[in-house]
Amino acid sequence: MNDIHDISSASKAPGPRKASGFITYIRDVFYAVKSLLVGLRRTGYYFTHHKEIITQQYPDNRETLNLPERFKGEVVMPHDENNEHACTGCTACELACPNATIKIVTKFDLTPEGKKKKAIDKFVYHLELCTMCNLCVVACPTDAIKMAQTFEHSVFDRGQLTKILNKPGSKIREGVE
Amino acid sequence: MWSFSNISTNIDEWLRSFLNPTWTMVAEMVIVGICVISLFAVLGLVLVLMERKVSAWIQIRLGPNRVGPKGILQSFADTLKLLVKEGMTPDGSDKFLFNFAPLLAIIVAMLLMAPIAFAKDFHMWDLNIGVLYVSAVSSISVISILMAGWASNNKYSLMGAMRSGAQIVSYELSAGLSILTIVVLCGSLNLNDIIQSQVDGWWIFKGHLPVLISFVIFIIAVTAETNRAPFDLAEAESELTAGFHTEYSGMKFALFFLAEYVNVFIVCAIGATLFLGGWMPFHIGNWTDFNHVMDYVPSSLWFFGKTFFLIFLIMWFRWTFPRLRIDQLLNLEWKYLLPISMVNILLVTLMAILGWHF
Repeated sequence: MNDIHDISSASKAPGPRKASGFITYIRDVFYAVKSLLVGLRRTGYYFTHHKEIITQQYPDNRETLNLPERFKGEVVMPHDENNEHACTGCTACELACPNATIKIVTKFDLTPEGKKKKAIDKFVYHLELCTMCNLCVVACPTDAIKMAQTFEHSVFDRGQLTKILNKPGSKIREGVE
Repeated sequence: MWSFSNISTNIDEWLRSFLNPTWTMVAEMVIVGICVISLFAVLGLVLVLMERKVSAWIQIRLGPNRVGPKGILQSFADTLKLLVKEGMTPDGSDKFLFNFAPLLAIIVAMLLMAPIAFAKDFHMWDLNIGVLYVSAVSSISVISILMAGWASNNKYSLMGAMRSGAQIVSYELSAGLSILTIVVLCGSLNLNDIIQSQVDGWWIFKGHLPVLISFVIFIIAVTAETNRAPFDLAEAESELTAGFHTEYSGMKFALFFLAEYVNVFIVCAIGATLFLGGWMPFHIGNWTDFNHVMDYVPSSLWFFGKTFFLIFLIMWFRWTFPRLRIDQLLNLEWKYLLPISMVNILLVTLMAILGWHF
């Protein structure tokens, strides 16, 4: 017998009723009252102890705001100090995106050996279409994009929500294939 | 000494000094009416704020804290909003019943105020069948809910109203039986006699386990009768949007809202009167000094303290327990509460005959 006994499920519970119905009845009532008291004790503890408050008084605490670890605000492409990123232009993220938020425009760079190599020209990201599902980040084979925790995205012109994630003049990091 | 009964006697004498008895009666009725309406307003404001604060603290939140110091003006702001909102009447509704239902709800709540003793010798109507009156009138409130649900011409409203009907009809029984235990013990239906019978100890202490059981059953049954969680199937926000008051807005909605909170206050006042001694101070046996100190606390304070304790208890239930399904609700009443309270009332009768209570 487990402790958490819902009154109705206990009364409907199948199985042998070898112990007379009356004993089961009393036991059901006893466990029901007990589990209700356990719940009341927990909430009573919260009512009398105000140590932990989960309310974030948001506009007032912008500086000390505590965002949960898995909060996702927008897709960004990290660049290192040499203005280099890790995006190969493979379009895996574009294919993974369920609502066409990402559009990758590719170009061909010439390698020192004189061969053509595919690279990104523009990584276009439509924030207004994004549902923060994280599928693009999962799909990326080179970890070139990630989710940032920024969230104050309101603008007056929706054109500003279409972002180009690779910085001007940036190029792919050496050794990333 | 300052007390409510002194004030009422003085007002009565002052009115009698220049009016004949009939006009005194009329003037007093008007005064009482104004007092009840202002009590309603105050109760609405206080209880809504109290509910929001209690729920916030139970759920580890802060609750209203922006309007006024510590958020105490929040319910004023809400009331102002409701007052200036448009009171819509839907096209397909039964206009007369639709507009009459909230009035009926508030009228029932007002009628229930009549026999309650708010302090020593301070009540509107010393009714010799007070308990019967309360249980009879309180079941009229289901008519206002059915009326609202029917007149709204909306499936959610009708379903909510029907659920509420089934619920109130069932739970009236166990509420009545648990009230009867006290009537059996003190042999009177008069609320003042019931309070007087607790001068040497409240029934919840004097009546041993059976009265404790009937107190618990009373609290469960009145929670169901006032349509509050965990028995709020009638308005079940997640299933029926808001049940019987889905179509109401503005002040008509506010009247339903007010009636709910006033009903909570009234059933808690009745509970406090029956089980916790009404305005009787807390006395312990022969501790004369202690009893003397307790006598200094005004009787109105005792009454409101006990009532608000019970209101807090009901709010605590609301924010702890999940809502029952309709079959669970009826199971709980017909298979558990009703048999238990029937056995319990037999026990209490035996106790009263043999004089086992103190």
